[in-house]
Amino acid sequence: MNNIIVYIETDNGKVCDVSLELLTKARSLSVQLGCKLEAILIGQAVEPLVPLLANYGVTKAHIADDKRLENYLTLPYSEIAISIIKKENPQIVLFGATSIGRDLAPRVSGALNSGLTADCTSLEIGSHTDNKAAKTYENLLYQIRPAFGGNIIATIINPDHRPQMATVREGVMKSEPLRRPTECEVCKVDVEKILNDTHFIVKIIERHIEEKKIDIKSSSILIAGGFGVGSKENFDLLYELAKVLGGEVGASRAAVDAGFVDHARQIGQTGVTVRPKLYIAVGISGQIQHTAGMDQSAMIISINTDASAPINQIADYAITGDFSEVIPRMIKAYKNNSK
Amino acid sequence: MTKAFKIVVLAKQVPDTRNVGKNAMKEDGTVNRAALPAIFNPEDMNALEQALRIKDKYPESKVLLLTMGPGRAADIIREGLYRGADGGILLTDRKFAGADTLATSYAISMALKKIDPDLIFAGRQAIDGDTAQVGPQVAQKLDLPQITYAEEVLEIDKTKIQVKRRLERGIEIVESSIPIVITVHATAPECRPRNAKQLMKFKHARTLSEEHDNEHNSYLPLYTMDYLKIEEWGVNEIGGDEKNYGLSGSPTKVKKIENIVFQAKESKKLSSSVQDMDSLMKELIASHTIG
Repeated sequence: MNNIIVYIETDNGKVCDVSLELLTKARSLSVQLGCKLEAILIGQAVEPLVPLLANYGVTKAHIADDKRLENYLTLPYSEIAISIIKKENPQIVLFGATSIGRDLAPRVSGALNSGLTADCTSLEIGSHTDNKAAKTYENLLYQIRPAFGGNIIATIINPDHRPQMATVREGVMKSEPLRRPTECEVCKVDVEKILNDTHFIVKIIERHIEEKKIDIKSSSILIAGGFGVGSKENFDLLYELAKVLGGEVGASRAAVDAGFVDHARQIGQTGVTVRPKLYIAVGISGQIQHTAGMDQSAMIISINTDASAPINQIADYAITGDFSEVIPRMIKAYKNNSK
Repeated sequence: MTKAFKIVVLAKQVPDTRNVGKNAMKEDGTVNRAALPAIFNPEDMNALEQALRIKDKYPESKVLLLTMGPGRAADIIREGLYRGADGGILLTDRKFAGADTLATSYAISMALKKIDPDLIFAGRQAIDGDTAQVGPQVAQKLDLPQITYAEEVLEIDKTKIQVKRRLERGIEIVESSIPIVITVHATAPECRPRNAKQLMKFKHARTLSEEHDNEHNSYLPLYTMDYLKIEEWGVNEIGGDEKNYGLSGSPTKVKKIENIVFQAKESKKLSSSVQDMDSLMKELIASHTIG
């Protein structure tokens, strides 16, 4: 009755990190709301994962196990999730904001006619007063997410519809098992009763996991290096910073021509034009050929030994110093201050 | 046997949120929405290209654009016509105002029931909201299957379609019967540019409202050239239950909006010291630039 349900995503027989992060968050929300934590687990031979869910505080696991469910398919997975949610009548349902979660959750919300908030970065419990209706709602889920290209932070609520549904970005919440696992009841879903052949009209013909293509254009954080970085090996520090901040590495033409990085990363007139939220220019002097491809970035930080480098004129922050000292300090400061 | 498909491309006019540079910020550091140009949502352009490629192969096919928005959203229908589409419909009605993704999907699905297409393409998501919800919710409302994150239509015939999808860490090739809803990913091929012939042909395409408001100075009255008329549909045209539209059909409400304030107005000089790096990172985290 009116519990919280988390959809558990699996990859190669393992529970995805994002699901464990969601369980951790949902557990603390359930304590606040005085309700229980349930999970939906769909796949083939997934029952061995139940002890892990118990480690994260799940008291009831709804399991749909079938060999046709080995890989994620929109129709059968959503049909099963909808039927469990209709039966359990939870107040909150959470999904990871992954390729799968973002395909599944809107389908489920459409069928239930309930609201859904995508890509939340934070969830809280709070109240809401509707002044027009002179009505106060207690214990609503505040679904907090960036919007408008990351330029605003919006708090979304569903006052009247249940369940309150949200997808949550990976990596924004902590994952913490309990010291002692909970008792977890296993509820097997009768797959045959729910599914029929029409649910399998979309078939997977081929499936493979590839190396990620370099895609600097869609990255919201870019660490770009210039000739001043000095060598291919020195770029390793830039890759490390990019990894820590969740960004990509770009380069000026001079750095590409010198063979420090691949051409696919070139930014500027002869490369790609980028407009990330954050652009960190490392050892880039700031010739117009380069700045034409990045001056629309929302925030520019420059790291240069030369305080009079032209890039500093368009930079929001100009750091004068050697990047081999600056970057490790940035990484350390980031780690100290985040989470 | 000649093959022809009726294809609808769902498109949205959006503020260009990627262009929020310093000049798009107000004095107080918040976004100046009025300063942002209204554009054809980028991934909807990728979707249009996929539809046009099917028309290239099967020239008898018809590509229609369907958009929901205020009168000026007719701009993106014209843009689509210039690039090769055959026609467009603007869903516009005061009763649609305040719609969240669910109410939007309801309106779009009602319009699609009236059009009854073989294929429905849409961008994966719009850059103003980034929700990626309307495609799957439309599919659900129409009880159709969906293929999200499409990169390329590999094969199509009268009964089935094969599509390559782009996932987080790989690709998947899937096959389905049609009709179907397909959402297209940014990594799909870019849309072809405007075509001079299409541009000449559709330069004066407009809605009846634009005609009445005299916004389009044209010597060609609309009724002389049927293809120039961009249809406008509201609740009266698409029917459905009024309480499912607009604000009343929207379960989600916005409780609070916080503008992210960009503090740095002019170049701030920093040293490479540990203290400076620490305060820089604190600022970046506080402004949600990172983290």
